[in-house]
Amino acid sequence: MKDYFRHIALAISTSLSGLRLTFKYLFEAREKRKPIGVADDNYFEQDKGIATLQYPFESLPVPDNGRYKLHNEIDDCIVCDKCAKVCPVDCIEIEPVRATEAIGNTSDGTPKRIYAAKFDIDMAKCCFCGLCTTVCPTECLTMTKAYDFSTFDVKDHNYSFAEMSLVEIAQKRNEFEEFQANKTKAKAIGVSDASGVAAKPKVVISKPVTGVKPVVGKPKPVLKPKPMIRKKPSDDRDN
Amino acid sequence: MITFLIFLPFLLFFVVIAVYGERKISAFVQTRVGPIEVGPFGLFQTIADLLKMLQKEDIRPFAIDKFLFLIAPLIVFASVFTGYSVLPITQGIAGSEISTGVFFLLGVISLDVLGILMAGWGSNNKFSVLGAMRSVAQIVSYEIPLGLSILAVVMLAGTLNLQEISVLQGVQSESPAYFLGIHALEVTDIGGILTWNIFQMPILFVAFVIFFISSLAEANRVPFDLPESESELIGGYHTEYSGFRWGLFMLAEYGMMLLVSFLAAILFFGSWQSPLPNVGSFTLGDWTNGVVWGIFWLFLKAMFFIVLQMMVRWTYPRLRVDQLMTLSWKYLIPISIFVLFIVGIWKLALV
Repeated sequence: MKDYFRHIALAISTSLSGLRLTFKYLFEAREKRKPIGVADDNYFEQDKGIATLQYPFESLPVPDNGRYKLHNEIDDCIVCDKCAKVCPVDCIEIEPVRATEAIGNTSDGTPKRIYAAKFDIDMAKCCFCGLCTTVCPTECLTMTKAYDFSTFDVKDHNYSFAEMSLVEIAQKRNEFEEFQANKTKAKAIGVSDASGVAAKPKVVISKPVTGVKPVVGKPKPVLKPKPMIRKKPSDDRDN
Repeated sequence: MITFLIFLPFLLFFVVIAVYGERKISAFVQTRVGPIEVGPFGLFQTIADLLKMLQKEDIRPFAIDKFLFLIAPLIVFASVFTGYSVLPITQGIAGSEISTGVFFLLGVISLDVLGILMAGWGSNNKFSVLGAMRSVAQIVSYEIPLGLSILAVVMLAGTLNLQEISVLQGVQSESPAYFLGIHALEVTDIGGILTWNIFQMPILFVAFVIFFISSLAEANRVPFDLPESESELIGGYHTEYSGFRWGLFMLAEYGMMLLVSFLAAILFFGSWQSPLPNVGSFTLGDWTNGVVWGIFWLFLKAMFFIVLQMMVRWTYPRLRVDQLMTLSWKYLIPISIFVLFIVGIWKLALV
């Protein structure tokens, strides 16, 4: 009998507190939370009001150092191929064409000696690890804060950064071949300068690039697991 | 006839608004925004949904009992809508002024359990049958506290006619009205909120709470939506329905909501009477009472209870079957009998 009235009292009080809660939310729904980022001082002050973010019309600000879409400043790129080699998912494809001489300087003063006939980054493959940006010697390859780049066709995720036309590529290639032919001719005639001419200079098409790869490819398996192993426990500790 | 001309268009209009309102209220309670795309503030969302629903195919599964399946939604809606026929609309205007008003209303709306059982049985689907059986058990159980709480009001008013019950709660009343049922506090000429049944007999507030809970169960609303319970029975008795026949069930559900809201307003909260009392020469009650004012007050009060029903829906979880039965038989029925007893004693002793 005592339980009976206790149940009634409990039912009334819990029902009322439930209704009070929902009415409170209904009342607070007059206001709307503003789309401010976690960096904002008032971020945790906004605990009331409608929480829905109407995405295409409004979005939360992303920090400037957000790691989303890759961008290559091709004028600063020396086409060293390091990014393509370090990439764990092989999403960067580079086709270099060697120049006969230095073709200019990057903004940090590094001389450029190779043309980028092709510099494609397939963002559909990218795993956003950021390794390519750390190995980049001229810091031309960066991750931007643009994250909304969905497309209807997965092929549209392949971003091309090279600026050369087909004619230019063919022209530069021929120039280098001629230069190379002249050089071998000169070598055949004058035997004296043996030291300066290594076997290095060669017509570089996509095939030779892959031929070079295995030589430098050795550190790749070492490089790949290392940051992963190192990062995971450190992340856990931070949390 | 007047009921047909006023309540049927209003019911159709109400369903459009109520579905929108329900979605908006649920959204705000859950800190969402609700429909916003179709029309200004998403106002035309329900109309778009309605058009979509009307275009849908009327699917009839092979294994159904054709006659029961096809006629069930009509019975459910017809029985609910017949309940409107005895409602008063405003001062001097009522539907059918039969002397057994509330009794007729209770009798005819409990026919909808027949339609629900036909729908569940005719669908030849285990979920539908389960939903229909739950519905029958639930509605039969909750008729009793509903009837007893209404009986308490009828005992106070001394009539079953809803229009007479309405008149008794205001200044037009010929018999004297007492605030809290105390002789010294006669408020017949003051009227307003003081002469509402709930203030004439404060114990009726308990009766109102019981009435409200049972009416939720009668209308198959959350937290008593076991017959439908989409998370366990898909849709309960209307699982196999589609298109316009499903729409009829929906219409009947909202019709039931509106009907019990009207009934709560009429029985406990002064029907079409204005809440403003006459104070000395400021006869606020007389100024705000009339044919048009009556419609306004009655519909306003009904809308208040609709909003309350919606808030209840978005607050409480669904009851289990045994909890449902426990609530009705062990709590609501004894309490409503007790309230009935108190009302009788109070009326005998004080009035």
